Amino acid sequence: MNFVYERFLGGKSGALAIGILALLILVILPLALDLFRLNLVGKYLTYAFAAVSLVLLWGYGGILSLGQGIFFGLGGYAMAMFLKLEASDPESTSIQTTPGIPDFMDWNQLYELPWFWVPFESFTFTLIAILVVPAVFAFIIGYSMFKRRVGGVYFAIITQVIAVILTVLIVGQQGYTGGINGITDLRTLNGWDIRTDEAKYLLYFLNAILLLGVIMLGKFILTSKFGQLLLAMKDKEDRVRFSGYDVSNFKIFIFCISAVIAAIGGAMFTLQVGFMSPSFVGIVPSIEMVIFAAVGGRMSLIGVVYGTLLVNYGKTAFSETFPELWLFLMGGLFIAVVMFFPNGLAGIWNKYAPKVPFLRPLLAGSKKAESKTEPAKIESEPTTEGAK
Amino acid sequence: MGEYSVQELTSILAMQGFAGISLFSVLLLMALGLAIIFGQMGVINMAHGEFMAMGAYTTYLLSVMTQTYFPEFMNYYFLLAIVASFLVAGLFGYLTEFVLIRHLYKRPLDTLLATWGLSLIMQQSFRSIFGAREVSPTLPDWLMGSWMPTDTIFIPINGMFVLALTAVVTIGVYILMFRSTWGLNVRATTQNRVMSGAVGINTKQVDRLTFALGCGIAGIAGAAFTTIASTGPTSGSLYIVDTFMVVVFGGAASLFGTIASAFTIAQAQSILEFFISGSMAKVFTLLALVIILMMRPEGLFSIKVRK
Amino acid sequence: MSYFSRRKFLGKTGALISAMVAAGFITSTAIAADYPTAEVNTTGLSVTDDTVTVGILHSLTGTMAISETGAQEAEKLAIKQINESGGILGRQIKIIQEDGASDWPTFAEKSRKLLVNDKVAAVFGCWTSASRKAALPVFEKENGLLYYPTFYEGLEQSKNVIYTGQEATQQILAGLDWVAEEKGAKTFYLIGSDYIWPRTSMKIARIHIEKVLGGKVVGEEYKPLGDTQFGSVINKIRLRKPDVIFAAVVGGSNVAWFKQLNAAGITSDKQTLLTLSVTEDEVLGIGGENLEGFYSVMKYFQSLDNPNNAEFVKAFKEMHGEDSVIGDVTQAAYLGPWLWKAAVEKAGSFDVDKIVEASRTGEIELDTAPEGYVKLHPNHHLWSKTRIGKWNKDGQATVVYESELIEPNPFPEGYQ
Repeated sequence: MNFVYERFLGGKSGALAIGILALLILVILPLALDLFRLNLVGKYLTYAFAAVSLVLLWGYGGILSLGQGIFFGLGGYAMAMFLKLEASDPESTSIQTTPGIPDFMDWNQLYELPWFWVPFESFTFTLIAILVVPAVFAFIIGYSMFKRRVGGVYFAIITQVIAVILTVLIVGQQGYTGGINGITDLRTLNGWDIRTDEAKYLLYFLNAILLLGVIMLGKFILTSKFGQLLLAMKDKEDRVRFSGYDVSNFKIFIFCISAVIAAIGGAMFTLQVGFMSPSFVGIVPSIEMVIFAAVGGRMSLIGVVYGTLLVNYGKTAFSETFPELWLFLMGGLFIAVVMFFPNGLAGIWNKYAPKVPFLRPLLAGSKKAESKTEPAKIESEPTTEGAK
Repeated sequence: MGEYSVQELTSILAMQGFAGISLFSVLLLMALGLAIIFGQMGVINMAHGEFMAMGAYTTYLLSVMTQTYFPEFMNYYFLLAIVASFLVAGLFGYLTEFVLIRHLYKRPLDTLLATWGLSLIMQQSFRSIFGAREVSPTLPDWLMGSWMPTDTIFIPINGMFVLALTAVVTIGVYILMFRSTWGLNVRATTQNRVMSGAVGINTKQVDRLTFALGCGIAGIAGAAFTTIASTGPTSGSLYIVDTFMVVVFGGAASLFGTIASAFTIAQAQSILEFFISGSMAKVFTLLALVIILMMRPEGLFSIKVRK
Repeated sequence: MSYFSRRKFLGKTGALISAMVAAGFITSTAIAADYPTAEVNTTGLSVTDDTVTVGILHSLTGTMAISETGAQEAEKLAIKQINESGGILGRQIKIIQEDGASDWPTFAEKSRKLLVNDKVAAVFGCWTSASRKAALPVFEKENGLLYYPTFYEGLEQSKNVIYTGQEATQQILAGLDWVAEEKGAKTFYLIGSDYIWPRTSMKIARIHIEKVLGGKVVGEEYKPLGDTQFGSVINKIRLRKPDVIFAAVVGGSNVAWFKQLNAAGITSDKQTLLTLSVTEDEVLGIGGENLEGFYSVMKYFQSLDNPNNAEFVKAFKEMHGEDSVIGDVTQAAYLGPWLWKAAVEKAGSFDVDKIVEASRTGEIELDTAPEGYVKLHPNHHLWSKTRIGKWNKDGQATVVYESELIEPNPFPEGYQ
């Protein structure tokens, strides 16, 4: 029990923070919001998976991926493929030339289900695919790059280019992927209608609990020896290497983990929003995910959830009232966070919360844990030093 | 292909050759500014495309003004517009460095994020000032149409213009970087900042001017591209990935590498596009680049960039 | 610039509309009394004794704002005019406007907000197919009503959508027939941006060219969205020497395509080009000098010479400034509120089911449409004429051909 407390929750302050977050997303928000708004929050929380994955990868690993949309998309598409096949039963597609295949295939003169779609008729396979496909993909990218010690800016740009390639492919191969419209009109999951009100509630809670689970998993990883090494690596990679560790293996591993986390978010996105499209794979969504992490605090697994909620809430609220101002605000926020609050919301909290009298007793004793897990030395991020 | 005469095929070959060279000059002009900034300062400027758009809008403004006030100068305004674009984008770059970039030199990944924020703001500014619709500067007549060395060969004049401009800018950059005292200072600063400071180089000033120069060249590129492509609030973002690929593929800190990289990518893409459909050609080109970069992360020509 | 005029206009019309509400209320009370709210609104929509609320849902921000601005301006103009003429069933129309932000899930979200929270009686909106596909399940589930203005690829027919633009066959077949007959075209080069609308359109075009016209497709090409390099493609076209280039390139690529075509010496005196994707809106970015002499096939051009259109153009310019231009989609968007009004009045009710039923009678028609007489087909699309416009340097087109009324056929037999 103590093990769970220390490792998964992160001691007293960690447990408290997770408790507050759980209270907020499991109790307060569902009670305070109508279903429409709650559904929006649910969608935002799926982006929070990607933000959490970036805390591990970027905050602690020092590896900035501008391609988390790739994995978010892979997870989302895997789930969408399963749901689309279920929605395309021969009966409801009887007006097509070939009943029983998704409508967009029919429009593109495909007369049978492509081979890579076939396994997605199985829900078990789909669930495995959501976890394994992104991991394998990340492994291939990670292996070829980290083994050759590509990092920093180069890694960021290459992941960005891969996101572009994937988007162009999805849009171009519309007979197989649904093209730019994406995979739409998803209805049921194993016969259970995902569009009803109850389903939306249920999916919201499932999503929220999964997110809390992923955060705890993240805590576990970061408090392990591996987490310590990750941090050490970020600060002084060469020293870790000279100490006999194979740095690239750690990087590959954390990249795979972060890919899987983002993919779970993508799958939950598809379930809650009811479709998946290439506009969640490309450069812009990938960078937005980085924004969420930066605003929430790249070193804080919990902070980024608040960051994601805040940025998205701002986006919705502003685009409803002052659509022209939104991009100014978003851009300004981004610059402000990078320049003045490199640790984001979490950094502000850590700095000012202890000064608030009634919070002090709660935070007492958490200093040790904090200094252990949040050294927050952003300045020493590994650089490419291209011009050395 | 029996139905074609030898002359026709030769003409197509010649024009296709020019298409490749033309694409090369476009890529190089886009990448030069970024290469200077990234190569010399290690800063990733995600707003590079927006600096290009700034040049394009400057050209548009001048075109409108000339048309309204001095219609008789319509044939010449474009040359002025190029200079103006350089100055406007360069000045804004200078300010950007002062306000934003100089605080982030130790955090290259953060400059990437901050400049992305800047690009959002710039895009919205263009939209607020010039409207969401694309605009089109009226081009002088001498830039329109094509040159016909034979009856069957058409060489676009705007393509030749961009090519010539790229040559001028590249040579200019070369002279500035490798044949001037200022260039010497820049290179010295790149190699050893502390020592450069110690021998009396104002390294901060060098940084600021380097960044301004890079942005200014982006402005020139933007002005030039009004002849071949669109000018809108988001046009800049169309170029950003291609530009990065050229710079990264060429290897940082190498002018020659950037030129070679632009040439390779342009030829690969233009030849592929001739034989397969556009979007697959793009996928194959990018994929090949990624694979080559994975095998040779330092790029085509570069001093060591591993870390 | 256009932005400022839009801002000004928003402020002005706001005041205007509220003035209209006050004034119109008095003149139309008599009619409203004939339609008690309890009878005309049995499904709990936002309808009161003197107002009815509708939604407008277009992108005001993001990449699509460029295109969607005209559509939402036209919808507001139509609603303003309807209000001035006494409203619908004696009720003034109130607008709730939402921003789709060029983001497809946002379209779905905002649709749900408009239908569930605001209970609007109808929504005028969406532009891209992707945004419509995203919003469609919401409209079907909540039983809302969407008037969709863009010409599109067809292959869709929903109970909850009225399509006021042309579906692909209406636009394409007439255009190809004309070019084959008028220009004696036998060989065609097809080029489009790489996404569903151009691909579906080209598929229909190819079948028509090969099976009906007995012509030949000598090349088919798709460029990624946003691509700006057409040098190689232009050389390919030159090699194949088609009688006609048939183009559906969109967005920033469209500008680059025409500029580079012109620079390569492929101009209208040597080459016939027919495009599906250039309206007066696009010409602003492309530049009239690059398009001069090329043809567009559309159902509407701003230069159409008829009294309805003269009035419409005048009213539109009064509202949005002398420099504003009107493209095909803008006109189609303008039809939305009028078609809705006609259907509501025929049904004598705001209930969606009754409006749909009335719309399916085939008797909803407009004599006052700027494009001329249109009629709603039971398959939710419009009977409309297709025109060929030849572009002039000043950015306006001369209409050189006008078809008969063409029946909409979103699921064309033999073309799939």
